[in-house]
Amino acid sequence: MASTAAVPFWRAAGMTYITYSNICANLVRNCLKEPFKAESISREKVHFSLSKWADGKPQKPVLRSDAPQV
Amino acid sequence: MFRQASRLLSRSVSAAASSRSTTNRAFSTEVPSTIDSTFVESWKKVAPNMDPPQTPSSFMKPRPSTASSIPTKLTVNFVLPYASELSGKEVDMVIIPATTGQMGVLPGHVPTIAELKPGIMSVHEGTDIKKYFVSSGFAFLHANSVADIIAVEAVPLENIDASQVQKGLAEFTQKLASATTDLEKAEAQIGVEVHSAMNAALSG
Repeated sequence: MASTAAVPFWRAAGMTYITYSNICANLVRNCLKEPFKAESISREKVHFSLSKWADGKPQKPVLRSDAPQV
Repeated sequence: MFRQASRLLSRSVSAAASSRSTTNRAFSTEVPSTIDSTFVESWKKVAPNMDPPQTPSSFMKPRPSTASSIPTKLTVNFVLPYASELSGKEVDMVIIPATTGQMGVLPGHVPTIAELKPGIMSVHEGTDIKKYFVSSGFAFLHANSVADIIAVEAVPLENIDASQVQKGLAEFTQKLASATTDLEKAEAQIGVEVHSAMNAALSG
């Protein structure tokens, strides 16, 4: 069932809706006035550790964090 | 894409009762309150010790009924990932920035799902107008005059810094001109669109 609906430019470039939406939200957050900007950035901070497993043992974890490494 | 669903659903139900004629029902707006008795009887003959299988529609809650006369107020639920901005608020009208243009929603609006583009959403209650700049999201307008609007970021216009917007617009216009790959072009295009929308919102 081929649909010939026009796709949005970001989907044509290989981007998903979530990526597009997150980019828009980040751009808006960057243009906020001061106390609001700091609040929104602190609210959206992410911190996670990802480790791949091989032979039943976790390999070196990849740490993704917006907080500075202490 | 969902045309197959009704055929597959009715096929599994009629497997045990081949003589029963199945009405071809896609996504029903009414959940049938009666379970098909012919099917249940044939099932009991074949497998008396087992309960007849449930169908997906028996797990569905019935849709909230639509009032016969158009309500006077629109109930708005406006939510963000981190906060519930408006919850069950009764208003006269909302204007949402749909991708197809500014859409005015009054009570009794035809059920619609609208994707939102970066723009101003205004909530009108009597003489009060509250405006938010929405980064993107969706609006679900239901038949019973309830509007669910979800956005990732929504800020009052006063919180936007005009000089940052101008700087961003200039930066992304320049990036768009110098972009090479499709992805870079798309990102720069998004930047230009969002900043132009914010600019228009602040000056309009």
